[in-house]
Amino acid sequence: MATQLASTPAPPKSHEGPPHEIARVHVPMRSLRSELRAIKVVWKRELIRFRRDRLRILTSLVQPFLFLFVLGTGLSTLASAGTHGVNFRTFIYPGVLCMAVMFTAMFSAASIVWDREFGFLREMMVAPVRRSSIVLGKCLGGATVAAFQGLIVIAISPLVGVPYELTLILELFALALLLAFAITAFGVMFAARINQMQSFMALMQMVIMPMFFLSGALYSVARLPAWLAVLNRLDPLTYAVEPMRRAIFTHLDISAAARKALDPGVTWWGWRVPTALEAAVIAALGLGMLFIAIWEFSRAQ
Amino acid sequence: MPPASTDSDPAPLAGGAGSSATSNGAAPAVSVNGLVKRYGEVEAVRGIDLEVHAGETFGFLGPNGAGKSTTINMLCTLVRPSAGSASVAGHDVVGERDEVRRNIGLVFQDTTLDGYLTAEQNLALHAELYGVSRDVVAQRLRQVMEMVGLWERRSSLVNTFSGGMKRRLEIARGLLHSPRVLFLDEPTVGLDPQTRSSIWGYIRELKTREDITIFLTTHYMDEAEHCDRIAIIDQGRIIVLDTPEALKASVGKDRVQIKTDDEDAAIAALSERFGIEAVLAEGEVTFGVPEGEQFVPRLFAELGRPIHSISVSRPSLDDVFMSYTGTTIRDAESSENDTRRNVARMMNR
Repeated sequence: MATQLASTPAPPKSHEGPPHEIARVHVPMRSLRSELRAIKVVWKRELIRFRRDRLRILTSLVQPFLFLFVLGTGLSTLASAGTHGVNFRTFIYPGVLCMAVMFTAMFSAASIVWDREFGFLREMMVAPVRRSSIVLGKCLGGATVAAFQGLIVIAISPLVGVPYELTLILELFALALLLAFAITAFGVMFAARINQMQSFMALMQMVIMPMFFLSGALYSVARLPAWLAVLNRLDPLTYAVEPMRRAIFTHLDISAAARKALDPGVTWWGWRVPTALEAAVIAALGLGMLFIAIWEFSRAQ
Repeated sequence: MPPASTDSDPAPLAGGAGSSATSNGAAPAVSVNGLVKRYGEVEAVRGIDLEVHAGETFGFLGPNGAGKSTTINMLCTLVRPSAGSASVAGHDVVGERDEVRRNIGLVFQDTTLDGYLTAEQNLALHAELYGVSRDVVAQRLRQVMEMVGLWERRSSLVNTFSGGMKRRLEIARGLLHSPRVLFLDEPTVGLDPQTRSSIWGYIRELKTREDITIFLTTHYMDEAEHCDRIAIIDQGRIIVLDTPEALKASVGKDRVQIKTDDEDAAIAALSERFGIEAVLAEGEVTFGVPEGEQFVPRLFAELGRPIHSISVSRPSLDDVFMSYTGTTIRDAESSENDTRRNVARMMNR
């Protein structure tokens, strides 16, 4: 039977015939449209997975709550002397928002390692699309998911004395989105080289915690010792925390002295860095890491 | 051309089936010339030549680590060859990667499904990734899912599927974009025998419905029987390539096993009267003869010793593998198992 099959190029026709007669499906040539579609597919998958993972949405809220209401409340008695009447929880809120975004973004990036371990990455790698589209889709997906997480934290802002005001919400959300994108790109860049989930998680801890502590999320960057001031300026997260805090403080009714002490702004050699430039720093870092990630994935194998 | 067999009794390499397909003017679905893949010092694939005809089911048979997956990865554009060239569906795997990718479907050794998505979502994402036109997607999706019997389970999360169901879903996904060549890398590895045979049922079925060439790898001998032609690959080289029937015929010997009171005496008698070298394997006197059934009456008449039972079996692909590589495929996978290998060598002499 097998030999007969081999001698005839066309396979024998089935007797009963297929139930749904359909012509061959056509796969179009690669084009800009197919690349955009690929970006969308990868992005969409990220969203479907996030929506399904309710536990993840829930657990990622635990940390902000702990920081804001446990640590924030506990430390506020100690810190009240130096906050000029500003609620300590309001003060650390931008840092906590950034951290929630960071963790979610990193977890999204981590799923690339997961995908590699469990093979789904291969399915995408053999599709007739560019690797760059896959990487970009992944970064956009991670950014969307993390920004959504940020939105949830923004939603609880009145609990810590941050008012609901449209311009403030928009500003916070835009910064969260930018940070989310940069951090996902950062994670994807590392994920390109790491094959094991444990290693990635270890690396993540090693990177996130120092970034968080150096960023001034929990303290004012005014009057820091020189070494810490330098490290603080080098930490990318500083450029996300500070503009968020500035935005919040503009919407609060507080004394000039409090502002000066709590939100002195990031300075480079005495020059105060404007918000737009801070956002540009984050965007530039994000794009830079995106290109490295793309380069690494295109080069792989 | 494929490398010559090392055996003294080589099988026709091109095979009768091959020449007829070529004369029909059909372009080969897969064509490979001197393909080599080196990883540093290690040569995983050491110069492979073959041609797979359109519409054929072609099997790559060999132990784990023989270079099967590396070859498939090169053909699927996932791995860049170190030397040589290959084309799939008429397109070069290095120079026309996208063209190749548009025309192939893949089922990998390990699942590459997203367990957090439903079966239908997995396929829908695939269709979108390949740019399958929206107005046929729903219909095509249903068609391939029905083909593998999973239409009823389309809304279930893939994580809830059994190994066999996942494999079937992957086959459906591999077919979704109507590839001209479907690569199946060990499609039944890790599945229980019953599920394996049902997977084969689906593969045979799809051959009747889709105009497709199948290129598969396996290290299960019995599965290679499903192929039109097979190439036996060992240590990165193709040892022999032909139809399963021709390969089995090339071994030229049926296996005869007899039970007697005194095995040593029987072995001595066989050697003396027929010039046959027999060995004791699994408690039975075992030897090979060209025409087993015709030999049995002679054996009874001339052996001069009582025979309690006798069995004659046609050569299996295991025997083929043994005769070309001097080892069984299982022993090739676990080289520590020397005893078994020695028995295998003796039996095959």
